[in-house]
Amino acid sequence: MSAVTTHDDAHHEDHPSGIMRWITTTNHKDIGTLYLWFSFTMFFVGGIMALVIRTELFMPGLQVVDPQFFNSMTTLHGLIMVFGAVMPAAVGLANWMIPMMIGAPDMALPRMNNWSFWILPFAGFMLVVTLLLPGGAPAGGWTMYPPLTLQTGDAFPFLIFSVHLLGMSSIMGSINIIATILNLRAPGMTLMKMPLFVWTWLITAFLLVAVMPVLAGAVTMMLTDKFFGTSFFTAAGGGDPVMFQHIFWFFGHPEVYIIVLPAFGVLSQIVPVFSRKPLFGYSSMVYATASIAFLSFIVWAHHMYTVGMPLAGQLYFMYATVLISVPTGVKVFNWTATMWRGSLTFETPMLFAIGSIILFTLGGFTGLMLGVAPADFQYHDTYFVVAHFHYTLVTGAVIGIMGGVYLWLPKWTGRMYDEKLGKIHFWLSMIGFNLTFFPQHFLGLAGMPRRIPDYALQFTDWNMLSSVGSYIFGFSQLILVYVVIKCIRGEGDKATDQVWEGAEGLEWTLPSPPPYHSFTTPPEVK
Amino acid sequence: MALTGRQSLFATLTGSLVAGQAMAVQPYNMPVGVTDTSRTLYDLHMMVFWVCVVIGVGVFAVMFYSIWKHRKSRGHKAATFHESTLVEFIWTVIPFAILIAITIPATKAMIDIEDTSDSDMTIKITGYQWKWHYDYLDDGVSFYSTLSTPRAEIYNEEPKNKNYLLQVDNEVVLPVNKKIRFLITGNDVIHAWWVPDLAVKRDAIPGFINEMWTRIEKPGVYRGQCAELCGRDHGFMPIVVRAVEQEEYDQWVAEKKASVAGAAPMAASPAVAAPSAVAGDPAEPAAVQVNNHGA
Repeated sequence: MSAVTTHDDAHHEDHPSGIMRWITTTNHKDIGTLYLWFSFTMFFVGGIMALVIRTELFMPGLQVVDPQFFNSMTTLHGLIMVFGAVMPAAVGLANWMIPMMIGAPDMALPRMNNWSFWILPFAGFMLVVTLLLPGGAPAGGWTMYPPLTLQTGDAFPFLIFSVHLLGMSSIMGSINIIATILNLRAPGMTLMKMPLFVWTWLITAFLLVAVMPVLAGAVTMMLTDKFFGTSFFTAAGGGDPVMFQHIFWFFGHPEVYIIVLPAFGVLSQIVPVFSRKPLFGYSSMVYATASIAFLSFIVWAHHMYTVGMPLAGQLYFMYATVLISVPTGVKVFNWTATMWRGSLTFETPMLFAIGSIILFTLGGFTGLMLGVAPADFQYHDTYFVVAHFHYTLVTGAVIGIMGGVYLWLPKWTGRMYDEKLGKIHFWLSMIGFNLTFFPQHFLGLAGMPRRIPDYALQFTDWNMLSSVGSYIFGFSQLILVYVVIKCIRGEGDKATDQVWEGAEGLEWTLPSPPPYHSFTTPPEVK
Repeated sequence: MALTGRQSLFATLTGSLVAGQAMAVQPYNMPVGVTDTSRTLYDLHMMVFWVCVVIGVGVFAVMFYSIWKHRKSRGHKAATFHESTLVEFIWTVIPFAILIAITIPATKAMIDIEDTSDSDMTIKITGYQWKWHYDYLDDGVSFYSTLSTPRAEIYNEEPKNKNYLLQVDNEVVLPVNKKIRFLITGNDVIHAWWVPDLAVKRDAIPGFINEMWTRIEKPGVYRGQCAELCGRDHGFMPIVVRAVEQEEYDQWVAEKKASVAGAAPMAASPAVAAPSAVAGDPAEPAAVQVNNHGA
């Protein structure tokens, strides 16, 4: 993905080439590329772990792995996908697109940008290397509840420090994004003229800055409990394991909106292009995003309905939780209204966007069901929850981000991607994903708990179907690798500046690929 | 007379339909259960489900209609409208009203579930890695309950029996039609006690005691599992409740007391775990200990 460097005006680029270019780069396009490749790699690492899980669950009985290793797989799969795949992908899109969308030459803090990225491979390595340590990798779930997580062996400090590094990367990236958006917009681009993708990232960045330190606090308290004689979370010393859950989920709930809001922003970029119609209800979309973000802070204990909260707490969190469906619904309605009476075409980005909207809505419905506190007594810690969050995280965030990749690949590389392969990738993903996760609703309702490597016989058929689906979904992602590499290697039609007939915005006024430094002079925005 | 080709096909199809009915359809919904609570929660679940179905069908119908009717290839030209305060208002207020309608019965159910007063008996449940301990506080009976599925079945050396992974050595026997209060805690890490047919689930947290209740209306055997990740054998510490008429329950209590001081002999380790030595009188909670579960 090398942006052309020789088209700059009089100035020769004084940056190194080869490996040093990538190590020392402060260029938002390069750093965006680094984030995207890193996240793509981690997506496959986490994906392989998912396949290990689904292979063991293909039939009742233990065939493939030891139960302890199985728990490590579920734990690492969650941590890697959330922190190593989805979040870096969203930051990669932000780095590439935000400066171009607001008419800025680069991010506000380009050197910090470099560090924000380069922390990540170290953090990822620290996490994955625990598989080789005595005692094995962490196996207490990505949610890391004590006291169980305190039983982790030598991997424990690696887990904590990896989480710290991941958090630091996110915080630095978010500061950069906020500073960029608030300070570097081209003249004439008021806040209410910014593309929605920029808005959703602005709001997400505030969420990140607010809650990542909270996670850091929670895991540090666990660290001191383990090594320095504190008892934050052990009852024997006067502490409370449930307090960890409160602190974790105070981070954890905003975190899931951190994951999904940038993808919502991508959807808001895609749908108008292929409807040839402006986004419906621009200000509503901004207010809805802000409402979701605000509400996300005050609902955390819906992850904890079974811990033994007082009645008033259960009721409050139920009311607050179900409220989030209102602004979320507003967004879905607005995307639909954008399509309504447009002039629709269904190139790959639009397919991904529509697939995302439909399936995320299903995830939203099960989210509403889960929010109903008494009913949650039957759903909590079952596969119903697993189905819910995969429908929201995968089809909301991952599918949305993939739509963005297809939308912007021609801009980044200067070549149209292979449309036929893109469509095949889409349909195989839809079939594979739904085969994997739809039966999991049934499994949860029928009584199958989460995080178990083996199950009673009545759960066999749905598990088998789910495992078959997971292989289809997993292997079909290789198509995307091929599509991306084909584009980078220059195969495919040359892309115009605008690329797509319905595309509007500053980024679509730049050449495809854009110059290494774009908008060195700010454009005029009317 | 031999069947014609078409008759033969028909016979085959109906035959497989009938055979299909004979094989149980794998369960796909929440059980209605055998308590008032479980029925209430089932109804609540189905009500919210149907609300979601109606909304979903509505929204997707609009979307699919648009995908069909408003495509460029059909020659549809794009309109230019892009906002409407009225429409935004409507599709904010109506969902809000639906939410209120949903949370009213949910509130009532929640209040009822949390009311553990006026119970007829109390049982203390303690979660261990990886088994349950039951202490009938009123009747002086206590015992451990451990998975009894043979290791050979788990490791695929023998065919799996009907209650694979949902069977224990000592079942929790309870009388029907009595309000039973559970006090639940954990010994080492957080577990959770869950029996779907009773619609009872609560976390078992070391150092804390949670309360819940049930009133079982129908005699029978009800199986559940641990519902909070608790380590290697989280999937191998099931719960079996046997609900019986009062006389049978009294008899069981008498028998349990008559056998050695109410303590079952230390059960064999769960089929797959490394043996975990838990010694001591089960009536005394084990001292908080550091379990080295590194491996």
